[in-house]
Amino acid sequence: MTSASGAAATAAASVPDRRGRFGPFGGRYVPETLVAALDRLQAGIDRYLASEDFQAEFRSELATWVGRPTALTHALTLSRRWGADVWLKREDLAHTGAHKINNAIGQTLLAKRLGAKRIIAETGAGQHGVASAAAAARVGLPCTVYMGAVDVERQAPNVGRMKLLGATVVPVTSGDATLRVAIDEALRDWVADPEGTYYSIGSAVGPHPYPYLVRELQSVIGREARAQMLERTGALPDAAFACVGGGSNAIGLFHPFLEDAGVRLVGIEAGGRGQGLGDNAASLTYGTPGVLQGSYTLILQDEHGQVRETHSVSAGLDYSGVGPEHAYLLRTGRVAYEAASDAEALDALVECARYEGILPAIETAHAFAGARRYAASHPGARILIGCSGRGDKDMPILQRTVLEGLA
Amino acid sequence: MSVAPHEAVSAAIAAARKGGRTALVGFLTAGFPRRERFRDDLAAVAAAADVVEVGVPFSDPMADGTTIQRASFAALANGVTLPWILGEVAAVTATGGAPILLMSYLNPLLAYGLERLPRAAAAAGIAGFIVPDLPFEERAELKAALDREGLALVQMVTPVTPRERLERLCADARGFVYAVTMTGTTGKAAAVPDDVLAYMDRVRAAARVPVCAGFGIRSREQVDRFAGHVDGVVVGSALVEVLERGEDPRAFLASLR
Ligand SMILES: Cc1ncc(COP(=O)(O)O)c(C=O)c1O
Repeated sequence: MTSASGAAATAAASVPDRRGRFGPFGGRYVPETLVAALDRLQAGIDRYLASEDFQAEFRSELATWVGRPTALTHALTLSRRWGADVWLKREDLAHTGAHKINNAIGQTLLAKRLGAKRIIAETGAGQHGVASAAAAARVGLPCTVYMGAVDVERQAPNVGRMKLLGATVVPVTSGDATLRVAIDEALRDWVADPEGTYYSIGSAVGPHPYPYLVRELQSVIGREARAQMLERTGALPDAAFACVGGGSNAIGLFHPFLEDAGVRLVGIEAGGRGQGLGDNAASLTYGTPGVLQGSYTLILQDEHGQVRETHSVSAGLDYSGVGPEHAYLLRTGRVAYEAASDAEALDALVECARYEGILPAIETAHAFAGARRYAASHPGARILIGCSGRGDKDMPILQRTVLEGLA
Repeated sequence: MSVAPHEAVSAAIAAARKGGRTALVGFLTAGFPRRERFRDDLAAVAAAADVVEVGVPFSDPMADGTTIQRASFAALANGVTLPWILGEVAAVTATGGAPILLMSYLNPLLAYGLERLPRAAAAAGIAGFIVPDLPFEERAELKAALDREGLALVQMVTPVTPRERLERLCADARGFVYAVTMTGTTGKAAAVPDDVLAYMDRVRAAARVPVCAGFGIRSREQVDRFAGHVDGVVVGSALVEVLERGEDPRAFLASLR
């Protein structure tokens, strides 16, 4: 460990500050109507998050309802094919099929303690929507989910699941009708009732304290994975990979490894169909600093500060911004970020399904694509991949893309 | 400079009050419904209102309801940008009229550059800014920049702003205090129950500059209800809809007096 990277690692573990700053990034850029609600949320976090009572209930729900700890799978065939030693942290095995449930149940338990009368959420791939609907049903609160109309169509299986779980799904038709406008609409709902409504945000994005809260709730992924790697292999991985949309599964996996300077951490963004503005959703790779949806972070925008529409084959990564902690970790150099294209992701998805018997989500497949690239230049490396979710929800897109080719 | 721009805003509202009227603050989205008509629309509103707010369109107008969202997206599609707006506003302020504020989300201002923005805005005759996604705690940098040119950074307060915070927000407000009538986005007609009037009275007691009520104000009846409890009212979505229908903004504003 060099002393410079050691210092970066320690600094990274102690953010955000009280005002929600990760270095220059983060903060709280919201209408005045929401300030008191965010102050109440912060007070609730201070009071409950570390409390014995909350932690006991959260742990118990994770163990007996979510199904944690999730498995660490040795990917034997991928290891052979890639000439590496590949391990998968199986968030796809968590209840409702993705890591999103860790955050959704945590926030819903918090909402109940804060006296909320209803839960609202946004969703891209539908995974946070399904997780929020399930958590709200479990805790006994009504739930409304905002979802871009394009995503309603391309993630149709999840819309039906949300409805069965008792949620109201509201399609949002403005803009490019994907995740970003769903968040705008959820914020508008919250502005209308900041005292009775709890906004359960689905990624490590938004105004302070959400990026912090979501990180804390998702860090169970990295804590488990770190202990499982040590137990199974006697060592930490050389490198860990996670896909980055807003960045919740990535920060959950990475955060417990930040001080392990020998572990290379790599976030993989949606490279879409190319490098041009509008052709991808890779805000860390191609974005510039700006304020979007409550936070100062890296965003995909034009020269006039207008946020641009994005493209990705994966609904869950199709977002113009990214959590502010990732912008910070990019700047400190502790985490590297790369993009994987639509085609690379779909190719990696097929390989994982065919050779490991695991159908990952298209979001997740981006992490596999990045890991495979790394393996090619690091023979024998021990690689941990955050397998953030399962691909059942993607059948409509897979039908139109890779299955057409296999027919 | 004899009168700082932020003082001109307060003075315009105070002058209406002296004349026994509730001041009218008229809002229009720049370049909507037609880019080439914006100068005329702005001049018409500036002739009929006491203060004008020009909306800088933004891709993610999270505090706005359907009318201003629609206007923003259409204006962006019409190629409206902040540099263009500064040029158009300069042409109108050169001939006098009501003080003009820019209402903008923070990101277009950041993209323009907080260093050069105040000088350029002052040169265009702009009196100040309203930034709906910039809360008190985050405003230091923009505030310091605008102060250098004597420009207002109008502070918003809402019915759910806690009492002690409300006093802090009002204490050093400039131009006017923008008292949001309700929890919600712009556009929906706001009821004016007694507790809203009591809240306006509280804001007025705390503020040293005029207080204007805004969000959801569309009718003469609402304006009359607020009279005596505020110094002015902001008329936004309703005025945007008048312009959208191609009607005369002067006649509409006159009907509210
Ligand atoms: C399976 C899966 N992985 C990853 C993501 C991306 O979100 P995040 O970057 O917050 O982990 C999503 C979002 O919907 C998802 O469903």
